[in-house]
Amino acid sequence: MKARVYVTLKNGVLDPQGAAVQHALGSLGFDGVDAVRQGKVIELDLTETDASKAEVSVIKMCEKLLANTVIEDFKVEIL
Amino acid sequence: MRSAVIVFPGSNCDRDMAVALERASGVKAQMVWHKDASLPDGLDVVTIPGGFSFGDYLRCGAIAARSPIMRSVIDFANKGGHVLGVCNGFQVLIESGLLPGALMRNSGLKFVCKDSEIKVTTANSPFTNAYTNGETVTYPIAHHDGNYVADAALVERLNGDDRVAFTYSNNPNGSSADIAGVLSKNRRVLGMMPHPERLNDAELGGTDGSKMFTSLAEALVSA
Repeated sequence: MKARVYVTLKNGVLDPQGAAVQHALGSLGFDGVDAVRQGKVIELDLTETDASKAEVSVIKMCEKLLANTVIEDFKVEIL
Repeated sequence: MRSAVIVFPGSNCDRDMAVALERASGVKAQMVWHKDASLPDGLDVVTIPGGFSFGDYLRCGAIAARSPIMRSVIDFANKGGHVLGVCNGFQVLIESGLLPGALMRNSGLKFVCKDSEIKVTTANSPFTNAYTNGETVTYPIAHHDGNYVADAALVERLNGDDRVAFTYSNNPNGSSADIAGVLSKNRRVLGMMPHPERLNDAELGGTDGSKMFTSLAEALVSA
């Protein structure tokens, strides 16, 4: 079973990298990009076969390591 | 003062830290590998040096903070032990939950490497008691992710408890309230981005950092 974790900055946390990407898009002529927020995607291969158990386990992984919950939110998808 | 320096794969200020500790205390610092399960007995202070532990993978300091030795370091701190984290060591202390806030990419996105004027915001700590309140010193800074993020409530709490140890005179990285170093509630854990251990010898540019280690050595005279 696979899981995909999306880690994104919380609302209100300034994202200097996103701002730089937004600026670069503007200089390439892509108008109308109001904001860019950069995050990461982490894919996990799991031996667990029960989707709900897998989700519980991945959420724990996010809380303990994969996301810094002071500044980041996460979302888990079981595939 | 009996001290230890924790060494991770990618640490690169560990020897400077050991030299600074030994010069101030006259006692050789013990180098402790991150895979060790426990700290040597009888330590007064544990230091976490600068560098790029585990290649800054995932987030700076995130993997190091979950290494076997850190469980002992957290335990040591919770029992009232003194812990100093510099640069990557600060990131590790934040990731391990010993200090509040977060450290993000510098607001200018560039790695910043230069001497920086730093204000000693409080002399009321074992790390800073040889300085005076408000004294300015020069410490080198060298980091890519030193942008200290604290919301208004946290800044207010840190200021109210006199836990901001150092601030930048010219904020180089976007840190909230110019914060360069913070203390734990019991004032025995200090994390800071600037490098006092790198300015510890007149031949290498100055001795502004030495006072921090003499502060510690005087506060922690071994019984």
